[in-house]
Amino acid sequence: MSATRAGLRPVITGIGAVTPSGIGTEEHWRSTLRGELRVGPIASFDASRYATTLAGEVTGFDPADHIGGRIILQTDRWTWLGMAATGFALTDAAYDPAAHDPYATSVVFGAGSGGNDFGQRELQRLWSRGRQAVSVYQSIAWFYAATTGQTSIQHGVKGPSGVVVSDGAGGLDSLAQARRTIRRGTPVVLAGGAEAGLTPYALTCQITGGRLSTSREPHGGYKPFDREAGGHVPAEGGATLVVEDPASAAARGAPRVYAEIAGYAATHDAHHHRDPSPDPRWYAEAMRRALADARLTPADVDVIFADGAGSRDLDELEARAIHTAFGAHAERVPVTAPQGLTGRMCAGGSALAAVNAVLSIRDGVIPAVGNLDDPAPEYRLDLVRVPRETPVRVAMVNARGYGGFNSSLILRAVDPATTDGGTR
Amino acid sequence: MRRTAITGIGVVAPGGTVRKEFWDLLTEGRTATRRLSFFDPTQFRSQIAAECDFDPAAAGLTPQEIARNDRFVQFALAAATEAVADSGLELGRDGADSADAADAGGPVVAVSMGSAVGATTRLEDEYVVASDSGRDWLVDPVYASSFLYHALVPSCLATEVACRFSAHGPAHVVSTGCTSGIDAVGYGHQLIADGEADIVIAGATDAPLSPISIACFDAIRATSARNDDPEHASRPFDASRDGFVMGEGSAVLILEELEHARARGAHVYCEITGYAARSNAFHMTGLKADGLDMAEAISDALRQGRTDPTRVGYVNAHGSGTKQNDRHETAAFKKSLGPHAYDVPVSSIKSMVGHSLGAIGAIEIAACALAIENRVVPPTANWSSRDPECDLDYVPNIAREYDVDVALSVGSGFGGFQSAIVLDRGRGDR
Repeated sequence: MSATRAGLRPVITGIGAVTPSGIGTEEHWRSTLRGELRVGPIASFDASRYATTLAGEVTGFDPADHIGGRIILQTDRWTWLGMAATGFALTDAAYDPAAHDPYATSVVFGAGSGGNDFGQRELQRLWSRGRQAVSVYQSIAWFYAATTGQTSIQHGVKGPSGVVVSDGAGGLDSLAQARRTIRRGTPVVLAGGAEAGLTPYALTCQITGGRLSTSREPHGGYKPFDREAGGHVPAEGGATLVVEDPASAAARGAPRVYAEIAGYAATHDAHHHRDPSPDPRWYAEAMRRALADARLTPADVDVIFADGAGSRDLDELEARAIHTAFGAHAERVPVTAPQGLTGRMCAGGSALAAVNAVLSIRDGVIPAVGNLDDPAPEYRLDLVRVPRETPVRVAMVNARGYGGFNSSLILRAVDPATTDGGTR
Repeated sequence: MRRTAITGIGVVAPGGTVRKEFWDLLTEGRTATRRLSFFDPTQFRSQIAAECDFDPAAAGLTPQEIARNDRFVQFALAAATEAVADSGLELGRDGADSADAADAGGPVVAVSMGSAVGATTRLEDEYVVASDSGRDWLVDPVYASSFLYHALVPSCLATEVACRFSAHGPAHVVSTGCTSGIDAVGYGHQLIADGEADIVIAGATDAPLSPISIACFDAIRATSARNDDPEHASRPFDASRDGFVMGEGSAVLILEELEHARARGAHVYCEITGYAARSNAFHMTGLKADGLDMAEAISDALRQGRTDPTRVGYVNAHGSGTKQNDRHETAAFKKSLGPHAYDVPVSSIKSMVGHSLGAIGAIEIAACALAIENRVVPPTANWSSRDPECDLDYVPNIAREYDVDVALSVGSGFGGFQSAIVLDRGRGDR
């Protein structure tokens, strides 16, 4: 069997984000720490006839700043956002895959709903004008593997690449697959995810899920852990992380080692096709197993980046899951969900949560829960209200997916003095 | 070291919607390709498909499972039900092996299912109504049915399988285009090897036979236009091939940690001893003739199980029936297997069941496991004229009795994905 290095803990050496809060990691992070609400009425089309009219859109984004013109023609906006985030992450990591053995790098992204804008346009062409009108790029633009495939081509990446789909948990699950890939010998994996579901048809589909806010007022849209929580606002955007074998990072002199992937676990409620189980034990079990995987205990956790679904029932379930997993520590651990500022971006959202956690570790500051006015006291959680400056050594990032997916990731600061090649 | 056994197989395929019918079709060398019957294909360049005559109610699905799920999920639920029954595991709400017992240290049951295009058919059907046949960009939400979010994100597939079998371990869908099936099973194998799961319900499913799918492959002339002879349209490795024939279907395998399987006296079809993937970083649809990256994947998969290439007794080719594919992988086999490539039987079951995009990788793994089990190699149907650049033994038209200890299955897909998986009968230690 392959020489799988079971204990190896990959490190994060680069991050990139393209979100409603900013095009580029630092712009996104500054806006997040300032608590700027980036949810607003949908501008890309007239959404007035839909039950949901608010979204978090990435404004001022020109794909030509990030991708060649020929590729732009072949791809959907979802792929543009993902490739742009990847460009930022590679620059941040000072890593050019093309300068290395092509098999030394992989791409593993979480995907959500695929290429919606491209797909709806081609459906319209087919049904209004006939099959001759369908683009030669339809077969490669809308399917869920498009971003991974185009990214591997753009950067000359030939290692084992993949696409995982687990709704909102997909970004974290891509990091787990990155870890499996690195443990099998590929030094560098680009992981994360993006989403762009703000087209009339994709919005219509999302509305049928029953979890979207119907507020017409941006402030009332997506309010995780608020007493007035009434669903979430959809958003576009995503994030990419450069995940690396610590030996590779050391050998090439990576400018920064932000954190290590110390633990991960996933469970599924296996309860109902839409609703999570009313019993939070499987969500709690994901957190417990992730901590056990990291050989840490609840006492070690400095912050939880929560799923923050933004509806009363789901927020209450999440609070109970945290209490189940953390016991007496549940009321002590700071809990945040800055995504209240942007809306939810499916798999891209959990990738972004991991980036936010990395930034918290880097800067020693925990961003506030986004758009939170009136925290529900019965959750008995330390919900972060204003950015909190505090050393962050261990961050837990949690994400849930529609239908019952639960994923939990533990990121831990790496002390340069104790770096030992990542195997503990 | 944790080893992965295959202890259950379920198949929904064109020409055979249960495992035995599927295997009979393959070993008799019959083809299930025909003129498209699901809709009027007259406007399309390619009017041929391999369709499943599938009755979800007869397959045991409940009325609500049928109502809320696209056909691709329905196939998977049927195949998974057959696979679980075949394994002898008691999975489900009240089952003895149910992961509800995981609190008491029961097995962790995971779900790793692949699909290339998910609920495309339902998304298109509903789009046509909501947009009034493409008249309105601003689709009318009043016409949207209740389960469209379920269709929008294909992770619903993993959810449905997890719910039906009370699988509380890790669950995901793998969507790497036409290698989704191999990759989903391969990821399942990794979950067992790494101790993340003890049992994995793994496989893939696709039901892409809708106008938009036919149109998008028409646009790049990837599919066969042999409309006057649908039964013989899928012609991998034959000099007169003119593209692939789209299919549909699903296969699900029960992967089980070998000691767990032994402890309960389960029938073990074979083990998975290696899985590897590479990308060609070359072109979304194009393949270089050298087959280098597929060869890399094959060599890696063989190395993982310390399998000497000469032990490979059957190669299940991607064999899609496009000229560039057939030459690409013929080169890959020569590069990875050396002179043995000329001695080993190589066949493509796509000649009989078509190319069901992401599903086919899992269906082909099922075929490999059955080839090992039954000591029979399925043929390449419709083979009549040699392409001088494809000079291996493609098992033309007639199944062959052959003692297969090790089977290799490969896949190649849009996006540049190349995957390989190795199945092994075992080494006399069972």
